[in-house]
Amino acid sequence: MSQEVNLHEHAGAMTTHEVHHDEHHGHHHKETFITKYVFSQDHKMIAKQFLITGIVWAIIGGLFSVLFRLQLGFPNETFPWLENILGKWAAGGKIHPEFYYALTTMHGTVLVFFVLTAGLSGTFSNFLIPLQVGARDMASPFMNMLSYWFFFVASIVMISSLFVQTGPASGGWTVYPPLSALGDASEGSKIGMDLWLIAMALFVVNSLLGSLNYISTILNMRTKGMSMTRMPLTIWALFFTAVLGVLSFPVLLSGFILLLFDRHAGTSFYLSDIFLASTQKALPNEGGSAILYQHLFWFLGHPEVYIIILPTMGLVSDVMSANARKPIFGYMAMVGSMFAIAVLAFLVWAHHMFVTGLNPFLGAFFVLLTLLIAVPSAIKVFNWITTLWRGNLRFTPGMLFSIGFVSLFISGGLTGIFLGNSTLDIHLHDTYFVIAHFHIVMGVSAFFGMFAGLYHWFPKMYGRYMNNTMAYIHFWITLVGAYLIFWPMHYQGLAGVPRRYLDFSGWTSFNQFDGLNRFISIVTMMVFAVQLLFVFNFFYSIFKGRKVRTQNPWGATTLEWTTPINPGHGNWEGEIPEVHRWAYDYGKDGRDFIPQTEPISASESPESKH
Amino acid sequence: MSTLLIIAILLLGFIVVFQIAKASEYVSVLKGEKKTFEQNNRINGFLLLAFMILGLIGVYWCNELFKGKILGEAASDHGEKIDTMLYITIAITGVVFVITQILLFWFSFKYQYKEGRKAFYYPHNNKLELIWTVIPAIALTVLVGFGLFYWFKITGDAPKEANIVEITGKQFGWIYRYPGKDKVFGKKYYQKIDEGKLNQLGLIWEDKATHDDIVTNEAMYLVVGKPVKLVINSRDVVHDVGLAHFRMKMDAVPGTPTTMWFTPKYTTAQMKEKTGNPEFEYEISCDQMCGKGHYSMKGIVKVVEQAEYLLWLAKQKPNYVMSHPEMEKIPATPAAAKADSTVTAAAATPVSNSN
Repeated sequence: MSQEVNLHEHAGAMTTHEVHHDEHHGHHHKETFITKYVFSQDHKMIAKQFLITGIVWAIIGGLFSVLFRLQLGFPNETFPWLENILGKWAAGGKIHPEFYYALTTMHGTVLVFFVLTAGLSGTFSNFLIPLQVGARDMASPFMNMLSYWFFFVASIVMISSLFVQTGPASGGWTVYPPLSALGDASEGSKIGMDLWLIAMALFVVNSLLGSLNYISTILNMRTKGMSMTRMPLTIWALFFTAVLGVLSFPVLLSGFILLLFDRHAGTSFYLSDIFLASTQKALPNEGGSAILYQHLFWFLGHPEVYIIILPTMGLVSDVMSANARKPIFGYMAMVGSMFAIAVLAFLVWAHHMFVTGLNPFLGAFFVLLTLLIAVPSAIKVFNWITTLWRGNLRFTPGMLFSIGFVSLFISGGLTGIFLGNSTLDIHLHDTYFVIAHFHIVMGVSAFFGMFAGLYHWFPKMYGRYMNNTMAYIHFWITLVGAYLIFWPMHYQGLAGVPRRYLDFSGWTSFNQFDGLNRFISIVTMMVFAVQLLFVFNFFYSIFKGRKVRTQNPWGATTLEWTTPINPGHGNWEGEIPEVHRWAYDYGKDGRDFIPQTEPISASESPESKH
Repeated sequence: MSTLLIIAILLLGFIVVFQIAKASEYVSVLKGEKKTFEQNNRINGFLLLAFMILGLIGVYWCNELFKGKILGEAASDHGEKIDTMLYITIAITGVVFVITQILLFWFSFKYQYKEGRKAFYYPHNNKLELIWTVIPAIALTVLVGFGLFYWFKITGDAPKEANIVEITGKQFGWIYRYPGKDKVFGKKYYQKIDEGKLNQLGLIWEDKATHDDIVTNEAMYLVVGKPVKLVINSRDVVHDVGLAHFRMKMDAVPGTPTTMWFTPKYTTAQMKEKTGNPEFEYEISCDQMCGKGHYSMKGIVKVVEQAEYLLWLAKQKPNYVMSHPEMEKIPATPAAAKADSTVTAAAATPVSNSN
């Protein structure tokens, strides 16, 4: 491990008595602005790059939703300023249907992949894995750097698709062919779709480079004494997430490549029996199956939702335990249930396809396996609740977001039991019920988990605290707002209101919710404004936040809090500390907490066997 | 102007919040961190409890508010099964929802930080964990059991006497085809589609069975109380036949025909009365993203009495006749007279392209 030795030397030269310590080791190991902030190989800096890129994406993706909620809430009004920013796509101050669909498509793509996958896993895997397992950096810092830059280039390509003349992809974030395969079927399926596919291919590369690194770091670079069962749950969660990503993203890529062939090479993987009204021509393609794409897509698409939610489950477990001053309840059950979720994630994809003409007998197995996921999920929820029981809870912003996460996860998880049941899915499929379900269970909850993690580890990232008052305002308005936005959508779904409709005025079955739609849109805007408050708090606090003055401000047990307040590249100044116990000795033997680095003493009660 | 105003108000709001936030940070330094922490903790603990209580009241209120706007009575026999399943699921998940949310927020409130309170070191308890593995497993077994029972009923084979109607999605509308008096759908091939010659499904005229096929874009006519099997096709991209009132839904996939069947329970006229809405129609909504006109891809289902159905059918001209105006003079099929047999026998005939 030459690299470790190298880092070791360099780490030894660091001093950290000041917040801006950069200049101190500059003379020892040449670090320029470029190597430190741009092409950095320090996992902490890469984490921050992922985080800040993710924040930029989140603002863009969130803004898209505000724009299309404007149309949904106020279908009869015009907003001339829209034309100023969107040009021909909003001529006359009204968003055109084609662009409405582009907005929803990009909102989904951006938030699912660029924010909640790269922004979330990229940030916390990079930041926490080496710090919590006791490693100086990732297994391959160079690959890690490449991972970020692939993400960056993917981002640029995706952004550029917003500016092409025919507009960005607009077939929904799932981009089902034939719609996405045929430029003549939709403007968004022209060059915008190619850029979308290229961006996603680059994104898959980013994900694989990152995930392989996370897996090898966790398996090979744990410090002395850090057995797998002593790892914090965050690390377990990030580990399962990375495994899911490695196994499922390539399948998505293969689906995309076939789609590219169908688009440009005249193949018929997904195309058959197509006559386009726009050109009045029948296509020559025969024998393909549009459903094949859906299988390939959902084989990633379903694990993807666990790629999003698992990391936050880990973060929440650790933040909750630290702030309840109590061990996480049922550590092994938590690991086991995450493992079960990870395995089941691969066996349920067709529950997105109950009404595609899937063989009903086959569908039955997917019902069974899907509802099976509720068992490990229930275990986790009960374990979190028991973790709170008889604790001594500190409502830090991180803790509040963790509690909010559990509440949302319960609400969204239970509606999954509706949708996973094929009988109910016949009625609820592709209605607002689905929107409500997945936004609560993986959109908003994942954001809550991410916020919990950000507020909790911000002091470690930047050596400063975020402002508490703004954080509390952020939490309460977001929690209340999230429920106000998505709870009523269940009722719309029960009424059968289809998703991806931008105007209900032509319908007698779905036009009874005008007032509700307006209400939801207004709340959406308010919640979005509060997210901007968070963004402001985040950037302001990086530079002007209250300084962290103690090494372990939360009184946490895990290794990252044994590093200097502003750790340099290499994380620990001297030797990497040795680990003697699990990460959850809070409140043991009357002691507030016992760090993982403290050897087990003879007088200690034998409760923890880890 | 109003936009500028809104932006100005927002900015002002931001500045105010920021100033308060900043000030409270200074105050906390003055008051001492511990005191501020305890105060914040009490406030947030209280808010968590208040959120739970108000939230549960809100859920109840929401149910009352939307009661009349959702569901309504299912208009098909399958719809009834789906509604029953829905109520079973709502009952079970509702209980879990209320219990877990109450526990979550109540514990949060009750065990908030208190000076001198010692957290209880409680790393695991196998018995408890076993309980909450087994109970959800049992509840889910019940749900899976009911679910699959209904699922197989709904997706099972259509009864022999069912009428068969073919429905084809296109950007952005629906085409309905009836087999005509020979009760057989004639062959079709998408390369033969020629809208100019009014052959929008690509019927192959060489196949005599197509000659009496009725093709219409107007509406899908169904007979009340009589099972109907839909053979679903798409002409271009993936669409979905969504029938919210019947609680039915099935994708229309180009190249891969799909089917579903159900029995309408009420005529359109009866539904107008039941809902008190003279404008009521059974609507077919496209439920799969299909392009820029997706939101407007509407079809109409007219559920009528048998007699009215026969009358309607009698008035329809076969597609063959419409696309061959020169043939009009040749003695046309006396559709009206034979219509009866068309309806009663309908099913049974194998549909060449159904799966």
